[in-house]
Amino acid sequence: MRIRYFAWLRQRVGVAEEEVEPPPEVTTVAGLKSWLGVRHPRFAEACAAAGVVRAAVDQEFAEDGRSLAGAREVAFFPPVTGG
Amino acid sequence: MTVRIAPAPFEPARELETFARGRVDVGGIASFVGLVRGEHAGARVLAMTLEHYPGMTERQLERIAAEARARWPLQDLLIVHRVGRMLPGEPIVLVATASAHRAAALEACAFLIDWLKTRAPFWKLEETPAGERWVEARAEDDAAAARWQRAAE
Repeated sequence: MRIRYFAWLRQRVGVAEEEVEPPPEVTTVAGLKSWLGVRHPRFAEACAAAGVVRAAVDQEFAEDGRSLAGAREVAFFPPVTGG
Repeated sequence: MTVRIAPAPFEPARELETFARGRVDVGGIASFVGLVRGEHAGARVLAMTLEHYPGMTERQLERIAAEARARWPLQDLLIVHRVGRMLPGEPIVLVATASAHRAAALEACAFLIDWLKTRAPFWKLEETPAGERWVEARAEDDAAAARWQRAAE
């Protein structure tokens, strides 16, 4: 599974993307956040603040409860600021 | 219907001219041009860099455009959104809508800019005299987008 980070989350984590193989017990976006937080403490810090870290699964916005079944790419980023 | 990510500067006037050229099927075109401000949140802005999520950005803009076409009788619409580094005064985004009547064109144009601000994966990084800073999402933008929410959603 490919993980991508954008904007200041990318800077905090220190990588733009990485390939990971989460264990079978990681089945949701929330579970993946916790699991990634172990290897990236600054990601865990960001996730601890409510509403700061948004996610997309296979390029669709996804809430914490979203299943990772079949997911190839999961992205994490702060709230968007375009326009 | 055209949705485009522009990695280099674009000229809104030229885009609009092309958009309008030869059209005899519409009564009016509404447009919005967003520019890089030279001052924001109490600091001078020297430059701004827009980061995006290639692939997802296009998909979200297409979806927002399709939603506008489902809600209003539009003959055509255009979205051009810059990415990369730009200077104050440079255009960031252009939205244009063409319809038989002005109400549909104006409303759809406002809808598109409100929704793309909150639903398309772009992030603004400002360069100020004190250093770089990421622009924070504004509650006002969420409120502006929420006014288009339908009861069913």
